[in-house]
Amino acid sequence: MTATEYLIKNGFVFDPVQGIKGDKADVAVKDGKIVKSTELSSKAKVIDASGKTVMAGAVEIHAHIAGPKVNEGRNYRPEDKLFTYTPKKKGSRMAGGFSIPTTFKTGYEYARMGYTTCMEAAMPPLFARHVHEEMKDTPIIDEGAYPVFGNNWFVMEYLKNDEIDNAAAYTAWLLNSTKGYAIKVVNPGGTEAWGWGLNCLTVNDPVPYFDITPAEIMTGLMKTNEYLGLPHSMHVHQNSLGNPGNYTVTLDSLKLAEGIKANNKFGRETVLHSTHLQFHSYGGDNWGNFESKSKEVMDYVNRQKNITVDTGCVTLDETTTMTADGPFEHHLTELNHLKWANVDVELETAAGIVPYVYSPDIKVCEIQWAIGLEIALMAKDPMRCFITTDHPNAGPFTRYPRIFKWLMSVDARKERIESFKHSAKMVDATHIAGMDKELSLYELAQMTRAGPAKSLGLASIYGGLAPGMDADVAVYNFNPDTPHKPDEIEKAFSSAAFVMKTGTPVVMDGEIVSNGNKRTIWVDAKVNENPQVMRDIKDKFLRYYSVTLGNYDVTKHFLSGNPRVIEVDATR
Amino acid sequence: MTKTIPDVVCPFCGTLCDDLEVEVSDDGKTIVDVYNACAIGAEKFMHAQSKDRVKRPRMQQPDGSYKEVTYDEAVEYTAQMFAKARKPLMYGWSSTSCEAQSVGHEIAEKAGAIVDNTATVCHGTTLIAVQDVGIPSCTLGEIKNRADRIIFWGCNPTHAHPRHQSRYSIFPRGFFVNKGHKNRKVIVVDPRVTDTAKMADIHFQIEQGRDYELLSALRVAVRNEPLPDTVAGIPKEKIYEAAELLKSGRFGIIFFGMGVTQTLSKNHNIDEAIMLTKDMNEFTKFSIMAMRGHYNVTGSGQVLGWQFGYPFCVDLSRGFARYNPGETTSNDLLRRGEVDAVFVLGSDPGAHFPISSVKKISQLPSVCVDPHITPTSEISKLHVPVAFVGVEVGGNCYRMDNVPIDARKVVDPPEGVLTDTEFLTRVNKRLGELMGVA
Amino acid sequence: METVTVTIKTQPELFLEADNISPDAFAGKKAAEITTLHAYEGREQYTLGKYFDVSGDAGATAADTRIIVKGDVSRVKYIGMKMSAGEVIIEKDADMYVGAWMQGGKLTAKGNVDAFAGIGMKGGELIIEGNAGNYLGAAYRGDWRGMQGGLIRVKGNAGSDIGYFMNGGTIIVEGNADVHIATHAEGGKVVIKGDAKSKIGGQMVEGEIIVFGGIDVMMPGFKYVKDEEIEVDGTKATFALFHGDLGERHPKRKGQVVYGKLYQKI
Repeated sequence: MTATEYLIKNGFVFDPVQGIKGDKADVAVKDGKIVKSTELSSKAKVIDASGKTVMAGAVEIHAHIAGPKVNEGRNYRPEDKLFTYTPKKKGSRMAGGFSIPTTFKTGYEYARMGYTTCMEAAMPPLFARHVHEEMKDTPIIDEGAYPVFGNNWFVMEYLKNDEIDNAAAYTAWLLNSTKGYAIKVVNPGGTEAWGWGLNCLTVNDPVPYFDITPAEIMTGLMKTNEYLGLPHSMHVHQNSLGNPGNYTVTLDSLKLAEGIKANNKFGRETVLHSTHLQFHSYGGDNWGNFESKSKEVMDYVNRQKNITVDTGCVTLDETTTMTADGPFEHHLTELNHLKWANVDVELETAAGIVPYVYSPDIKVCEIQWAIGLEIALMAKDPMRCFITTDHPNAGPFTRYPRIFKWLMSVDARKERIESFKHSAKMVDATHIAGMDKELSLYELAQMTRAGPAKSLGLASIYGGLAPGMDADVAVYNFNPDTPHKPDEIEKAFSSAAFVMKTGTPVVMDGEIVSNGNKRTIWVDAKVNENPQVMRDIKDKFLRYYSVTLGNYDVTKHFLSGNPRVIEVDATR
Repeated sequence: MTKTIPDVVCPFCGTLCDDLEVEVSDDGKTIVDVYNACAIGAEKFMHAQSKDRVKRPRMQQPDGSYKEVTYDEAVEYTAQMFAKARKPLMYGWSSTSCEAQSVGHEIAEKAGAIVDNTATVCHGTTLIAVQDVGIPSCTLGEIKNRADRIIFWGCNPTHAHPRHQSRYSIFPRGFFVNKGHKNRKVIVVDPRVTDTAKMADIHFQIEQGRDYELLSALRVAVRNEPLPDTVAGIPKEKIYEAAELLKSGRFGIIFFGMGVTQTLSKNHNIDEAIMLTKDMNEFTKFSIMAMRGHYNVTGSGQVLGWQFGYPFCVDLSRGFARYNPGETTSNDLLRRGEVDAVFVLGSDPGAHFPISSVKKISQLPSVCVDPHITPTSEISKLHVPVAFVGVEVGGNCYRMDNVPIDARKVVDPPEGVLTDTEFLTRVNKRLGELMGVA
Repeated sequence: METVTVTIKTQPELFLEADNISPDAFAGKKAAEITTLHAYEGREQYTLGKYFDVSGDAGATAADTRIIVKGDVSRVKYIGMKMSAGEVIIEKDADMYVGAWMQGGKLTAKGNVDAFAGIGMKGGELIIEGNAGNYLGAAYRGDWRGMQGGLIRVKGNAGSDIGYFMNGGTIIVEGNADVHIATHAEGGKVVIKGDAKSKIGGQMVEGEIIVFGGIDVMMPGFKYVKDEEIEVDGTKATFALFHGDLGERHPKRKGQVVYGKLYQKI
């Protein structure tokens, strides 16, 4: 007989939703929700959190964990699994893959770190079924996926003519067909150009044939997003990722959000989410004079309150890059000559994959490492800046605790900087050595829980411990009151003492004890009937797609046992 | 009156046509006709209704004949076989759904089995090459809409993927290729003058076993480096000409098959073709795609990939997944006597494996799950018939370009015949009881 | 050096995975403890003692430990895997993965060995007195970093895919070799004293291949440069030098393109 009432007692609670900054407090759980402790009966099971840190389950806003390019990455890198495989145990299946974990490992490792809700960052609509099959096989964590829109033929044609209502009708239709969560934009226009081997490197480069610019695509999609009132904002990976000097393209892109107002019923106040900002904050004009422009970028982000960002911190590992920025991956393989996989997706997008070694002996990698941390440390509003590694691009998500350590300890950063091969040169090219800010646990909770949940429009459900919210709770062996070494941060956050998901204990002392009952989250946006758009859809499927319209839709049996549908009424 | 079911997915080959229309009788029990399919696909649907369909499991008797048994007895035999074996082989998986494959993997994880699919004798070498050098590829719609240089290397789609050329690669009028085949140039590389070769603008009748050399020569030509007078029986002038023809296109694609995956050099042939494709991207847009055979061998690779991390020949015997073609591949395991039980589902190794491997299967405890009587079923100890996926039960499948399409059910299976998923689920449960695990 | 003698007494019905037969696994252990080390047949875990008689105690460290493996171990895999020091002598034929991922020490196989011997080798010496199977000194699947260092010498013949993705070290085959020698090599040296077949140096970026005997078919991307007298493994002779693979990329050093080198004895 499993308990449905729990009392997580006496821990140091950090909850930005209720403004609790480390007070000793109890967290009461009943029937999968947080409740007031007065609502519990005497049957409640007590979890002793004395001397431990308690937070809501963390929310991953951007990672590549489910889908065709992730799986291509797995299948094409047997060496990523050599000698590091975790054998099956009584309560868990075998789990492997360092930079691209199998789906079982993904669920287990996120859960062990106290992450309970994770968003797959890029879903090619034609492959949505594959993404959902993988999410179904990812235990414990609730998941959603963002379909990509920024190189979509329908979107480009509608936005070229500024037909926002048509773009909105198509968007609603696509979110429904793919059971997707948000409007994701990757290298807008550039990935369609890549269909011919070309690219769009500034916001004003026109897309071949479609003759629309990245700026017009991003602006149009922001307007579409607010027309629909979706829970999350437009989520964008700007043009020119990874190129020295690209910070100007980033600022050009971010500025497009000026004057656009958030319109939604989910408490979201922002209209643009700029992802893995580290890759987009580069100065210099070649790899020799490559330098950090985190300051210029974060000055803008700090002033512009209708933007959220996530960091994309480099972990200094051998990892695998994978992105819908197809031309970037081709560029990368020409640089490092490592195996390159690519898939161009008809009418929609593309993806590329290339392994990459972020070596602490290479100056460029050292600078990239610094930029990611600078972005987090310079953020004035931790509710608008979230910690990620763009897993697996800048490093595996299993390194988050190491990122936390660096952000929370000047000493840890100092030690890392001093052991760099090009320490002096990298210090010259970055700001990190002069920064003495250390993130507090409260700020950490804002940047990994409450902030991402709010940006996603899910603030009433995830990322906090207020009564009525889902009982996703993480307890760490970390006592904020006693002195500690930086490595203890990493150790504590790598392997939680206790994790609960929707009221079910899933992790105890770092071990998986249950597969839980995960949900797939998707958005059902209702719009007025739009015969024009339906005709366009039928036409393109008949003439240009290689599958029929009848076979495109992801039917419900692909979703996990209990889908969580977020309803949006955008009818006029 | 009949009714016509549209958007039916053909469960035969990797072309995975999804535009079939199946006419069924008004009571939904009989398939009357199939439209838009090629002859093979149409027969897949029609033959499911054969009067001599096997409807119950059959157990081999000591005298070599087969006696009908119940599904319960079949489940028990299979579960006992897995419980007793120390290294069972679970092979096939290519003619069934992803849902069934996934349940099979649960059994494999309990039993410490090797899971292998038909790639092991087909495009497994492609998968190895991709692991070595990656693969620049695309979906089939990109070919339809953009490609103007089509190469068929070591494959004969006219026979093996009959609607490929009309649906995707040669004839369709695409968005940017609106004159269809008139906008396209076709090169075929094949030692034989096949029906596909007869349609080509250029046919390289290559010397057998020298594909690696010719592909290398094309890379040399693309780089404007010197070549010997002939390579693989092709004069160097023709090689330079071909390189120029490819560079002059806007979007080139290499489709390839067993002519290069299973001839001398194997994965190295594919490796070199992939590297040629990569080199070509310096000059124009270029892509490459494997002509996968079975309609869901790609799916088996996908499910194995996300669950275990490798696309075929996955060894689960030590409790964690390991992979090394040459050691963990089915024919090597059988040849060396490394497995002690064989479970086949969704393919016919009895017909396709070397006879020495087939002999080994016949000597071991063995189960063959297949709607048909096949060379495999006739040497296995137990034959379990199941419903046809894509005809009598739906299920997800992955096309040769990795696009997932959910195959449909158009009629019910014969009375009492289980689906793969149902049979595997029962075996999994029973095995769990025998081994004392969930 | 202390010597542990391991004599097979029970053949596995399937194949035995004996990754624990290495100086590193034995170091610091007495014979009785060595018999309790794990060995695997299929999904079942057993002990070395079920299959082998063990006599003699190991040295305190791997470097102080010599292992002699006696009897027919043609169904035993992974002998000497990952060893970092010490010595292993296998008296009869062994199966796959002999000396796989070796880092140091010396492993002598007096009989034949099957496939994947010395894969991922980083250092040490691997001597095979009989024949070697395929993938000698190759990289593990997918890894662009193959053999890094060390020496492999085969007195007999070797199979295909020798030195696949080689980065460093030396492989010497005194007999003949099958197809695909040093494919994708970016360093290292492969010497074939007997005959080679074809697909030699395919996709080679850098490195050296020396063939004393015949070559059936040259790769088209290898261009004759000149004749050169060089000394190879104690023999001086004149060779025709070819640069290649011209179909592949090559690095530039000091303004000069650095090719892979293929020497064929004249």
